Amino acid sequence: MENIFGGQVPFDWYLYLSAVLFAIGVTGVLMRRNAIVMFMSIELMLNSVNLLLAAYSSYTGKISGMVFVFFVMVVAAAEVAVGLALLVSIYRNIKSVDIDKLKNLKW
Amino acid sequence: MSNGLIFTLLSTLSLFSALMVIFSRSAMYSVLYLVVCFFSIAGHYVMLNAHFLAIVHVIVYAGAIMVLFLYVIMLLNLNKENEPHKPAFFKLASVVTGGALMLVVVSGFKTANQLMPVGDTGIGTVQSVGKILFTDYVFPFEITSVLFISAMVGAVVLAKKELN
Repeated sequence: MENIFGGQVPFDWYLYLSAVLFAIGVTGVLMRRNAIVMFMSIELMLNSVNLLLAAYSSYTGKISGMVFVFFVMVVAAAEVAVGLALLVSIYRNIKSVDIDKLKNLKW
Repeated sequence: MSNGLIFTLLSTLSLFSALMVIFSRSAMYSVLYLVVCFFSIAGHYVMLNAHFLAIVHVIVYAGAIMVLFLYVIMLLNLNKENEPHKPAFFKLASVVTGGALMLVVVSGFKTANQLMPVGDTGIGTVQSVGKILFTDYVFPFEITSVLFISAMVGAVVLAKKELN
């Protein structure tokens, strides 16, 4: 028994799944104006990359990929904490989380 | 083979919930679908024999990050559905852009090296990942605590109410 479900699927399935998930994340960042949903889309992209790293690590039998996924998760957690604090601060100032209203730096 | 069926089910679940994250009207529903997506990705980690990553993924994402998102939505009172949306042309353009990116990446992956399944080598267990985290990668592992301290201080400073 190779894993708890019985076996392993062909490797390129993981490649295509990660590609589609990453594209969905990019679409979400481009499409939405709500900054919180844009953050969620960034999390989706991070997760797709993590999944591909873990798949490579598992299929090549090298452990460094798993450690790298662990560090990516750590950085993602720190990034979400700071990013959501930024969002709260933005909301205090402009009473909205609409990205299109944030144009004070626009020339 | 049942593993192909389970992979298909998990992938369908994760793709559907990812699509619902970006297409649902309310931010609250987006967060709830994101939880579903994270749990299905944890299922993928279990299929890859990465047990440690599956557990850490559930704890960090479904436990910590989701609570942060939900609290921020509650604090900002964003659970209304009257969020202004971009014009339809802009939405169509972004969907086309995302689809084109997907085509480029998929066509690039078509020529990738096809790896053979190596079976359970035991590299994803808590024991082996923990052993390598505390031997070869002990310095980056300790540095992440500094990163977390700085992120925590930064979050407190940024979210603090300014005193006039």
